Amino acid sequence: MAVDALSVERVVEAVVRDSYGRLVSFLAARSRDVASAEDALGEALVSALRTWPRDGVPERPEGWLLTAARRRLIDHARHDRVRADGAVTLRLAAERAEEAALQPEFPDDRLALLFVCAHPAIDPAAHTPLMLQVVLGLDAARIARAFLVSPATVSQRLVRAKTRIRDTGIAFAVPGPAELSSRLEAVLQAVYAAYGTSWDDVAGADARLRGLAEEAVWLARVLVRLLPAEPEARGLLALLLHCEARRPARRGPGGEYVPLTEQDVTRWSRPLIDEAERELTAAAVHGTMGRFQLEAAIQSVHAQRIVTGRTEWGAIALFYEALVRGFPTLGALVGHAAALGASRGAREGLAALDASDAGSVASYQPYWAVRAHLLAQTGADATEAYARAIALSEDQAVRAFLSRRAGAAAR
Amino acid sequence: MKYTMLIYETEADFNARTSDEQARYWGAWKAYHQALVQAGVIAGGHALQPPVTGTTVRVTGGKRHVQDGPYADTKEQLGGFIDLELPSLDVALDWAARCPAAASGAVEIRPIHTM
Repeated sequence: MAVDALSVERVVEAVVRDSYGRLVSFLAARSRDVASAEDALGEALVSALRTWPRDGVPERPEGWLLTAARRRLIDHARHDRVRADGAVTLRLAAERAEEAALQPEFPDDRLALLFVCAHPAIDPAAHTPLMLQVVLGLDAARIARAFLVSPATVSQRLVRAKTRIRDTGIAFAVPGPAELSSRLEAVLQAVYAAYGTSWDDVAGADARLRGLAEEAVWLARVLVRLLPAEPEARGLLALLLHCEARRPARRGPGGEYVPLTEQDVTRWSRPLIDEAERELTAAAVHGTMGRFQLEAAIQSVHAQRIVTGRTEWGAIALFYEALVRGFPTLGALVGHAAALGASRGAREGLAALDASDAGSVASYQPYWAVRAHLLAQTGADATEAYARAIALSEDQAVRAFLSRRAGAAAR
Repeated sequence: MKYTMLIYETEADFNARTSDEQARYWGAWKAYHQALVQAGVIAGGHALQPPVTGTTVRVTGGKRHVQDGPYADTKEQLGGFIDLELPSLDVALDWAARCPAAASGAVEIRPIHTM
């Protein structure tokens, strides 16, 4: 029966969304070659778009795609200039794909692929782009837009990383217990970075960037599903969900920037907050506190305002203190200072800021924004700090917000 | 896959080969080598004499330039290499981490180029 091209496209889209990463990781884990796996699957998707409208959508689209990808792998082994041992591996991979295509279910190797993408032997700058491309199928142009670099740079970085995966023989395997937590950190960091690209876009004006936030949340959910006993994976998911819950409240009706403390809680998403809280509770059962759980716990305290109407700054300061002690970053130091300023007074906050390294804060916008805010509270001259915070802001609305604050402080 | 482990040692490591530390130094290496043999992953290799015994040759414009000493003037110097037959880079990195030179110098893993 003939099917119209539009609905076929929709079926292909659905398959891509749900199983692209599973299909690529299945093929790559066996060919040990990410590029050839993507290539084979790409060809299979093209031929699906060509033949499905004519012959109908197969009963098991994934099995069909695996079979088609298998043919392409064999061609690749036969014609392309691959090394002799490489050709053998590609043929073996093709065989496995054929076997798997006949089974109702095929193994999920996405976790192994995620660990390959964030492998310590791969340039850290390539971790997140690699993950977005090979697990989610995003193209280089889209990744480039999100990271504000040229598509050529991203493509080059991705090609280099994939060549390295193949030529150095990186294992497609989940690390053993001794290595797991340190290797998982890099995987979580890469997912967090994907989310971060959209968070900086406070405006939420760019629909493409909002899309990347969704993809990051999706990856975090996959990680929790694949590693249910890892509290940090749940911590990351909880953190992202808390941030997502507030997205609608980050802008006022006129598009102006609204800081967290002044956000209208009725615009926060209750279901997302509840889900975040469930993840954080499930993580806490394990009794090991990690960086992402701490970050999520801080956001959880903020989220309580939806119920209590107030913010427990003392609790936030304590979580930040633990973060600064265990996982010191500039962001944690500044967050700690801000929380101390709110709970114990501006002078305490300023003292904490003074303790941070002068060289590294020179171009760190949040440092100057918090400093300006605290100085203004003590009645001291905050003009210069505001000026620096404004100069370092990338977002027009944030600049406007800080200018209003600076104006109020000067009066 | 076939890999070569390139072992870079510090001057102190090279000195330890012949000093009072001899027993400790070679003891660690002997144990390491034995572990590699027992795992059945070793496919060859050599320890090299210290870098001062190296002689470097370059031919420019058809003319031979011979220089005494090693090719690169770096803090750590190539002290030997071991060929390994292993399933993946990850396993190679595990072996590299156990190498006695990894704690003081550095160990590089390179896949072997097959023609």
